[in-house]
Amino acid sequence: MTTETAQPGMSTTGEQVKIQELSVWGALKANMRDYGLLLALILIMLFFQYFTNGVLFKPVNLTNIILQNSYIIVMALGMLLVIVAGHIDLSVGSVSGFVGALAAMLMVGWDFPPELAFLANPFVAGAICLVAGAAIGAAQGYIIAYHRVPAFIVTLAGMLIFKGLSLAILAGKSVGPFPAEFQMLSAGFIPDVIGPTTLVAASEGVQPLVLHTTTMVLAILAVVAMVFFAIRGRARRKARGYESEPFGLFVVKNLVIAALVLFFAYMLASYKGLPNVLVVMGVLIALFVFVTKRMTFGRRIYALGGNLKAAALSGIKTERMTFYVFAIMGALAALAGMIYAARLNSATPKAGQGLELDVIAAVFIGGASALGGVGQVAGAVIGAFIMGVMNNGMSIMGVNIDWQQMIKGVVLLAAVFFDLYNKNRSA
Amino acid sequence: MTNTILEMRGITKTFPGVKALSDVNLDVREGEIHAIVGENGAGKSTLMKVLSGVYPSGSYDGQIIYKGEEQHFKSISDSEHKGIVIIHQELALVPLLSIAENIFLGNEQARAGVIDWDETRDGARKLLGMVGLTEDPDTLVTNIGVGKQQLVEIAKALSKSVQLLILDEPTASLSEKDSAALLDLLMEFRKQGITSILISHKLNEVSKVADRITVIRDGRSIETLTKENISEDRIITLMVGRSLDDRYPSRVPDIGEVVFEVKNWSVYHQQHRDRQVIKNIDLNLRKGEVVGIAGLMGSGRTEFAMSVFGKSYGQKITGEVFLHGKKADMSTVEKAVANGVAYATEDRKTYGLNLIDHIKHNTTIANLRGISKVGVIDDLSEMDVANEYRKKTNIRSSSVYQVTGNLSGGNQQKVVLSKWLFANPDVLILDEPTRGIDVGAKYEIYTIINQLAAQGKAILVISSEMPELLGITDRLYVMNEGRIVGEMATSEASQEKIMRSIVRAEGKAS
Repeated sequence: MTTETAQPGMSTTGEQVKIQELSVWGALKANMRDYGLLLALILIMLFFQYFTNGVLFKPVNLTNIILQNSYIIVMALGMLLVIVAGHIDLSVGSVSGFVGALAAMLMVGWDFPPELAFLANPFVAGAICLVAGAAIGAAQGYIIAYHRVPAFIVTLAGMLIFKGLSLAILAGKSVGPFPAEFQMLSAGFIPDVIGPTTLVAASEGVQPLVLHTTTMVLAILAVVAMVFFAIRGRARRKARGYESEPFGLFVVKNLVIAALVLFFAYMLASYKGLPNVLVVMGVLIALFVFVTKRMTFGRRIYALGGNLKAAALSGIKTERMTFYVFAIMGALAALAGMIYAARLNSATPKAGQGLELDVIAAVFIGGASALGGVGQVAGAVIGAFIMGVMNNGMSIMGVNIDWQQMIKGVVLLAAVFFDLYNKNRSA
Repeated sequence: MTNTILEMRGITKTFPGVKALSDVNLDVREGEIHAIVGENGAGKSTLMKVLSGVYPSGSYDGQIIYKGEEQHFKSISDSEHKGIVIIHQELALVPLLSIAENIFLGNEQARAGVIDWDETRDGARKLLGMVGLTEDPDTLVTNIGVGKQQLVEIAKALSKSVQLLILDEPTASLSEKDSAALLDLLMEFRKQGITSILISHKLNEVSKVADRITVIRDGRSIETLTKENISEDRIITLMVGRSLDDRYPSRVPDIGEVVFEVKNWSVYHQQHRDRQVIKNIDLNLRKGEVVGIAGLMGSGRTEFAMSVFGKSYGQKITGEVFLHGKKADMSTVEKAVANGVAYATEDRKTYGLNLIDHIKHNTTIANLRGISKVGVIDDLSEMDVANEYRKKTNIRSSSVYQVTGNLSGGNQQKVVLSKWLFANPDVLILDEPTRGIDVGAKYEIYTIINQLAAQGKAILVISSEMPELLGITDRLYVMNEGRIVGEMATSEASQEKIMRSIVRAEGKAS
């Protein structure tokens, strides 16, 4: 065949590049955004550590930061998918408030006849709330995906509707307190099944230092698992002839992350241990990282956010994907609403209002593009922590709420501005 | 009537890497209708953009002499100032504004920024009368048909006291009746002394109204014919008269049984329910065969291909598709792909690629099943696939992690091909596979097409470049205005023969 001769010396570039190992600088540059964001978070934490005279890094305060921001992070996971798909969801604050109210009415507010009393069971009520949230998200997603009403409008309407509905079902009052089991969602810590370890015993003039052993053991197990998978992944790549980052960088990166995790666990362990809500969050974050990085579902969301028409012509059911994304967002908003209500130990008509803005800001600070197709779960989580640490630090410093709002606004603008500036410069 | 109103001398316009116009000469006499004809991409529209100042003076070589003076137009408003108005193929009207508002857009009848609505409406009515429209000037432009919109454009031109009116393919999207009305209007203008330049490839129209015709081919002005010696045959010869050189890799076809067959396929326009764009098309492809669809832009080739591919275009689609002799369900893109049909789009930036993502993800997106189990992607298999196809299609990039938006057109096209090759179709529809890419990359794409045919795939190539179709296909369909108007073995085909079947069909239609 004449066709065989038709590649005169053209394919030589193809093979060499594949095996080539990236330089340290090249690898750093390729991931600069991710590292930069983490570095910014650490710098902001150190800044407040200094200006709060060491309060920020106190175990009790770190635990607080997690509890205060858990519901933002839970919603930021869903919002990341929504924004990557090229949409927006303004209703999540109101939906979370509404679901919190629903939870309160199920468990406390409504008097069920005896045959329906099981509905007030915290676990049954929790399940109902999750389903309700998913249904709300699905309804909005249906209108957005199949009737092509812009998400901005549909969810703006949703925001008003569910704000009104929470007021209506709570009859304008706060409802609480919740049963103890439900409160555990936000106020509880995992039990120390192994038993506490006393590092420094209480004595005259010395603060006692007792560690929550189970927390430390779990943290060490997590680090070992992380390193194991990192090494195995690296070996597999090598076996197939691929290389992504230089060995030195690989070691340093894993050491730094392991040290951070262990330090953090140590801080938590010297207070009350691992909060329940952090376990929930951790599982969700891991799940969403996996879905976005490794599953076809996640890949399709990036594809349709990047170019809707091309995705549709590649056989992706773009409407159905959009619908799922909003349903997931609704379920996460419901979970966040329950965490919020459990934390306050009551549902209030004002709960959740304005949270959507914090959630959206977290995702954009985390590097997502308002045009869709770009964004990482880790970025959104770090973005949420940047906002959370700033709230916490400024409150401790006694910065007025008016200034806090302005500073947060400037940080959001600056983060997105520098992101685009870097992108334009490199392009 | 023999004064020269416009003379363009030695116009040469270069884009990076391409010479779009070289040494083009054109002279237009006062009060005549002067037609410019040529194939797609011959340089007709570029020439008019030079004239109207879209490409400012200095960005091209040569002289423009208008009314006896050399002109240096820096922008469209410069040329409009002198009475030269161009009406583009794509109408530049704002759909949700009224006719009157559109006519005076940018030229509002206003005093100190306050619009005088009475004057606007009166002025509009007068101008509409001149183009034969009786519509209320307050009607929204979106509520009138395309033909009337075209006339509103002309009324808008008249409002600028036009002396030289340029119409770029004005009848391309008009019905026969509207086209005829438009041509009558041009002849009416001629009586009033307005000079017109008409760009068209509809030869029957041109020979009906034009006083003189200039033929442009490959960026050069070939010849200017006067009314006395206009004949369609002569125009066709001048339009296509170039020799084929060996820009095409050779191939020994090995053609088997029919694998893909479309029967009685009809489609209506996506937006206009009553406009039938595809009319009862029958077509088949054999194993290992490369078949071309020739035709001019707007003949319905893309609409046909996209409607077959998972009903991605149009409405009220009727007809049947057979694969390997069995009736196939092609109602969604997913089903079409599952049935082994792939369609690589003509517009790779809008429909083909996720430009913000890298080569690897773009290569696998149409066949994620091929690299995943129960929804979990095996990233090493994905790497293997991306590298394999990058090598097969010879994509030049630093790695598979290069973002496709930064690749050249030819390499982007190879990524689109990779995507569909990995989906492993039996039938591959390639829509303008070499549009806008350089000669070297074209050769590589032809080579890939040949390899696919050698593997026994059936390939349908849609192209506006006739030499390309003659160079790479085994058999040709000729399409015009939504119909198949000719079928021939490529060995017996020629550009003249193709052009003739198009022109004959149009002659019959009007």
